[in-house]
Amino acid sequence: MDPADLTIAEAGTRLRAGDLTSADLLHAVRRRASMTEAVLHAYLNIDHDGAAAAAAAADEALRRGDDRGPLHGIPVALKDNMVTRGLETTCSSRILAGYRPPYDATVVERLRAAGAVVFGKTNLDEFAMGSSTENSAYGPTRNPWDPDRVPGGSSGGSAAAVAVGSAFAALGSDTGGSIRQPAALTGTVGMKPTYGLVSRYGLIAFASSLDQIGPITRSVDDSVTMLAAIAGHDPSDATSYRGGYPDFASSMGDGVAGLRIGVIRELSGEGIAADVSAAFRATVDALVAAGAEVSEVSLPSTEYALSAYYLIAPAECSANLARFDGVRYGPRLPGSSVEEMMAATRADGFGPEVTRRILLGTYALSAGYYDAFYGQAQKVRTLVVEDFRRAYAEVDVLVTPTSPTTAFALGERADDPLAMYLSDICTIPSNLAGDPAISLPCGLDSAGLPIGFQVLAPALGEPVMFRVAKAVEELVGFSARPALASSEGAA
Amino acid sequence: MPVEIDIAKVARLARIGLSPDDLAHHSEQLQVILEHAARVQALPTEGVEPTAHPLPMVNALRSDEVEPTLDRDEVLSQAPDREGPYFRVPPFLED
Repeated sequence: MDPADLTIAEAGTRLRAGDLTSADLLHAVRRRASMTEAVLHAYLNIDHDGAAAAAAAADEALRRGDDRGPLHGIPVALKDNMVTRGLETTCSSRILAGYRPPYDATVVERLRAAGAVVFGKTNLDEFAMGSSTENSAYGPTRNPWDPDRVPGGSSGGSAAAVAVGSAFAALGSDTGGSIRQPAALTGTVGMKPTYGLVSRYGLIAFASSLDQIGPITRSVDDSVTMLAAIAGHDPSDATSYRGGYPDFASSMGDGVAGLRIGVIRELSGEGIAADVSAAFRATVDALVAAGAEVSEVSLPSTEYALSAYYLIAPAECSANLARFDGVRYGPRLPGSSVEEMMAATRADGFGPEVTRRILLGTYALSAGYYDAFYGQAQKVRTLVVEDFRRAYAEVDVLVTPTSPTTAFALGERADDPLAMYLSDICTIPSNLAGDPAISLPCGLDSAGLPIGFQVLAPALGEPVMFRVAKAVEELVGFSARPALASSEGAA
Repeated sequence: MPVEIDIAKVARLARIGLSPDDLAHHSEQLQVILEHAARVQALPTEGVEPTAHPLPMVNALRSDEVEPTLDRDEVLSQAPDREGPYFRVPPFLED
């Protein structure tokens, strides 16, 4: 077996047995990247020198007996909206072309401290705005299962890299589903932690009250490993959670017998593609057969969650992206006054989707419209939170399909923002609530494309969420690999 | 519900200099999205408190002690234009 196809757990075992070195693992992902990148474009920037030095250091440390744990010596990738000291970080935007941050994001520091090898920075929708990774100023990423289709977004580069084996794991960020939806479309495991569990310091902000960093991996066990490495209070992030942290793996392997699982009525019927619906139902049936108590649960306000999200997220984005003004970093266009310079720089530097969302947010926050749009959306957010609270009084976890469809064709939704926005309808509600959620593969559609199954849990409910995800992983036994990851496809 | 948008004003508030064609295009798309988003107005929310944040937030304070900051030269090295230890910008006050 090519080492690039191993999980983190398998690679770690072979590393400690002396069968493989970190340099071997790095060689394997580099080889895979060199075979697939011309088609995929999962990476914006591969740090060949930095990764080689980190792998050599990891091997040397292991020889000395300095074992940092399960991520020691493992090559991982980072979505290019997490800052890396001295390594170009662009958010897939022209407005940050050439930007070399003067510091590392907290998650990057933590991965390095855990011995992980940072291999490169992955492609994304510009400033993480999108559901297809087509909105990158540096060109789209393609889906390794079918290069004519999108990998989902906005963490499409991270998901494609993990799916194809050019990284053992990657970090993504999830504002409305940007980890889980690409995970679903690429047959990987993507999880969004409880809001505040993972520091956002050094994550270039899109919508601060919704953004969370989380892992994309090839197994549920690896998801836990990555989360354990990056979670924990960070004084540099004022919204970082300060309470006690659960043991994420405490009930892994306990099965689902006796657990109460709710199927969200509003997110599992109308608008879901037939193949997706069938695979979702079959997985729910398997959970019932494994002893779970499954019931249908109604969350009536989820119908309005998408509308509220597309007011709240742009409002926060218009405030956060005000810092990109050509003064402190990035390219600048000339102007005879500061205002002209800023207006010219921003018009040139931002792509159409980012411009659209900044305008939308500016409008929603402007005098005369604030109460009717933004203020009302914040109240709807309360109703969504209350819906979840009521549901979790009756059930332990909720489940839905992750995405209403499997991977769609490149360009198919490019000119229809509303159709694109509907891609995230199943994932957005948990961002509004701040609760954890995970997507994992549950089958293939008739075109051979992966289908995602989503498990949602209440705040800090990661242990029960992982418990159900692990059970689903075992019940489904998903083992298909994308065409581009096979030696023939990759050659 | 029809939504009224003065797109030129919105673009000026956002400090994005757009051509008349771009303004017209964005105005059209914003209209469609806002009409969808305006559905939030259909929900009765009397007495509902707005949620601005998923965590019950309190101030995060640290002790008032001098701590190391980012290196000034490293930060300024990213500026598109600088003069000595300053970011250089076009004039913002008229003569």
